[in-house]
Amino acid sequence: MIELWVNVFLVSLLVIITFYIMRLRRLIGIVALSGAYSLTAAAIFVNMDAVDVAFTEAAVGSGISTILFLAALRYLPVEEAHETRYPVWSLFLCGIVGLMLIIAAFALPEFGDPNAPAHLHVAPRYIEESYPLFHIPNVVTNVLASYRGFDTLGETVVVFTAGLGVIILLTGSTLSMRFKQTATSSDNQTAKSDEETRDA
Amino acid sequence: MSVNLIVLYWNYIIVIMLMMAGLYIIISNQNFIKKLVGLSIFQSSVFIFYISLGKVSGGTAPILTGIEDTVYSNPLPHVLILTAIVVGVATNALGLALVVRIQEAFKSIEEHKLLALKKEDGLKDIQIEVSKEDSAV
Repeated sequence: MIELWVNVFLVSLLVIITFYIMRLRRLIGIVALSGAYSLTAAAIFVNMDAVDVAFTEAAVGSGISTILFLAALRYLPVEEAHETRYPVWSLFLCGIVGLMLIIAAFALPEFGDPNAPAHLHVAPRYIEESYPLFHIPNVVTNVLASYRGFDTLGETVVVFTAGLGVIILLTGSTLSMRFKQTATSSDNQTAKSDEETRDA
Repeated sequence: MSVNLIVLYWNYIIVIMLMMAGLYIIISNQNFIKKLVGLSIFQSSVFIFYISLGKVSGGTAPILTGIEDTVYSNPLPHVLILTAIVVGVATNALGLALVVRIQEAFKSIEEHKLLALKKEDGLKDIQIEVSKEDSAV
């Protein structure tokens, strides 16, 4: 029972953090709060028995993601202009969608219900059969690497592609950038030759 | 009973609230960094939803202990979300690179300013430049 109340407290904390993210204008504060959000989410994952997810979220979501944001902020203005577009309409839209989703959510199985359909299909098989087959005690690692290896390979491809995209964008060897560079360099050359002719 | 009902469905209600807050930030805020943070809030609300569905009350983490009659939480949502977290950070990195490039090229990362620039045909120059070079090549 205490587990349940800790969970209620932690997820309520997320709402407070999100509220302050919406209100804050300084970008560095927003980034710091999003790091705090990820860390709180990691605590929630530990409380809900998802230890592997928790340490991934703490390391990748709260660590690397925050570092990336801070690295980007070095090149960006300090504050946002705080101009909101269609605030009434978007609030209306989000309210309606949220209301419908909350009504639908009460059709879900109760939190922690052991007879929920999700726990009756393949999960028991993973828990019972994975150790005799592969001799790895951690079921999550086992499913990730043994049963769903292609899924993990696809994930690696996605990360590789994103990394390539970042490198291409930041080193500036996109098509339009190259054209721009050749254009400016030819401009410089013409300017230089103009100067030379003037000197002569 | 009703208090119990609220506590048992509290996670789902909060997840939906966080999701809608993320959506609101993405739609109405104009700063691209704040939009990216809104996107990651939206994402992690889905993560919390999945992990909530995988929880079994009285269970422990799905690491086999060898003790009889231990109840384990569902490992499958954990696996799916593990993949999703890493992909989420990759998309975040790509988005940040785009934002840095936009700031470099247009000296602004506010959407309404960029739209105003486009209205003033500020973007036309670059397109013409590219097409000219294209024809030259």
